[in-house]
Amino acid sequence: MHHHHLILRVVTKLLAGTIILYALYVQFHGDFSPGGGFQAGVIMAVAFILYGIVFGLVAVQRVFPPWLVHKIVALGVLIYAGTGIYAMMLGYEFLDYGAFDPGHPSHGQHNGILAVELGVGVTVTGVMVAIYYAFAGRAPRISDEDW
Amino acid sequence: MAGTVSPHDAKTLIEQLPILQVLVPFCTAPLIVLIGNRHMAWLLAFVASVISLVISYVLLTQVYGGGFISYQLGGWAPPLGIEYRVDAANALVMLLISAIATLTLPFAYESVKDEIKAKDHTLFYACFMLCYTGLMGVVITGDAFNVFVFLEISSLSTYVLVAQGAGRDKRALTAAYDYLIMGTIGATFFVIGIGFLFMSTGTLNMADLADRIANEGTNRTIRAGFAFIIVGMGLKAAMYPLHLWLPKAYTFAPSAVTVLLSATSTKMAIYVLLRFLFSVYNPEFIFELNVMFLVFMPLALIAMFSASFVAVFQVNFKRMLAYSSIAQIGYMLLGIAMFNLSGLTGTMVHMFNHGITKAVLFMGVGALVLRTGSSFYNNLNGLGRVMPLTVAPIVIGGLSLIGVPGTAGFVSKWMLVQAAFENGWWFIAILIVLSSLLAVVYVWRAIEVLYLSEPAQGTKMAEAPMSMLIPMWILAIACIWFGVATDLPLGAASTAAEVLLSGSFGMVE
Repeated sequence: MHHHHLILRVVTKLLAGTIILYALYVQFHGDFSPGGGFQAGVIMAVAFILYGIVFGLVAVQRVFPPWLVHKIVALGVLIYAGTGIYAMMLGYEFLDYGAFDPGHPSHGQHNGILAVELGVGVTVTGVMVAIYYAFAGRAPRISDEDW
Repeated sequence: MAGTVSPHDAKTLIEQLPILQVLVPFCTAPLIVLIGNRHMAWLLAFVASVISLVISYVLLTQVYGGGFISYQLGGWAPPLGIEYRVDAANALVMLLISAIATLTLPFAYESVKDEIKAKDHTLFYACFMLCYTGLMGVVITGDAFNVFVFLEISSLSTYVLVAQGAGRDKRALTAAYDYLIMGTIGATFFVIGIGFLFMSTGTLNMADLADRIANEGTNRTIRAGFAFIIVGMGLKAAMYPLHLWLPKAYTFAPSAVTVLLSATSTKMAIYVLLRFLFSVYNPEFIFELNVMFLVFMPLALIAMFSASFVAVFQVNFKRMLAYSSIAQIGYMLLGIAMFNLSGLTGTMVHMFNHGITKAVLFMGVGALVLRTGSSFYNNLNGLGRVMPLTVAPIVIGGLSLIGVPGTAGFVSKWMLVQAAFENGWWFIAILIVLSSLLAVVYVWRAIEVLYLSEPAQGTKMAEAPMSMLIPMWILAIACIWFGVATDLPLGAASTAAEVLLSGSFGMVE
């Protein structure tokens, strides 16, 4: 099965790491340049989806098993909500990032945004990959060889 | 710049309650998925709903006499920031939702085990909590767009929950799909309406919207927005000609889901309708009065009769109750159309009373389904004699559904009749009584099947498990309790109706 498409396979292997790196850049640079959690999450998921398309569902699920995808979806939401709850514990309103640096609220806002965007990124990665798994996991009506 | 810490008064737990009301169930959902154990899932969901019930009660006691609590998310002051606003109207609805959820979960424990595959239990409870979060969020928020966001949270998880019935009957999938299409159209209409409002007022905060519409008057955009919002929410509330998704969704959803949906979901939509009719838009506007008299009233009357009439001929107990729900929503709309204090009080009280009544009835059916595997009348013959403790609450709920004096259902129908007389509409009052007679017919049919027909030869059924009987009996006793001691719901409802009618959501500080 994997004896053809040599170029695709090599390029995919080269690109996967780069895509993940770029996703992290978009994630953490989101407050200075276009980007943020959602975009970063989608790009991150693309790395896995591309790998899955070229090497097959089984291979990508060995790297990123479905149970882990589900946990990650939930984890991101908890990171987001947890940031808000942390602000509440400091005696501020939910998601009032000013709490994180009372002497300099704009720094607090900055840190808070980074934290919730991380949550968004994690969840979006999980959701995108989960959608891909759901579609790719369906048994095809006609197998690939019969075309 | 750094160094000097500006003084800040730490928020107390009481001040944080409005956000905790949404946050507790919301955080429970991902936590359930993360832990991934189905026994823990149930426990977490139950603990969260109990906490939420306590919060609802505390909030209601704070606003019972009038006034409101405002909470600013992220410290951004409204109208720019998102605001949660609790007053008597939504505190009462929150108490209903959290009480029903707290009672549904113990019921769900056995029912879900029976009806849904074990591997789906964790995600089921996660969805249940998300649905609950959405319902709470819609009710508590004071921001029009935020209503839409929470509406989507509750709707999307509801579609999944309804589809879970596919383990027993594949038709749950088409029911969920129908509901998805109709619900999405409803939500889209609603958000288009919000868009129109935003376009002409430049704000999304409900209180601010009310101020601007009152001060600047209406224009065609605002009126179009009104139409979209009414139709959108009408779909969600199963207002008469937009009700087609409801019977299928209620019939094929798992029993526990039907209990939650029937008792809370349409009530939440009615509440949003009330909010927009009375708080955001000003009922003094002639177009709104026209809508009430020329649209709500005839549709409510048609619903009361036609849905009850259809219910009479059903052979499936669950489906019969679903049609009866459509008729009962007719009563709530009728109360709105009366447009006086008693009418609105009637609507608010009927939301509450019908919530507990339908919850006990659907729980009863769920318990019968657990034991017999079917909700069709011909499989339920004579079960009242075989399992008396399980069927008795159904009878009490049925009496309350009819509106027999001494039950909760009587109180709310009495308020509606009184409201009709206040307006001098004696004809409407007669119609309310006549449609209740139809309820007598369909409830009697169920009682006839359960008590008067012979049980099949050698039927040996155990009573429903304790985890089902206790919530059923609590609700059944509540049906009688609130029919005799009417202070809590009536008091809160009349405060709520006053709040709504005075339009104080925006004006009074």
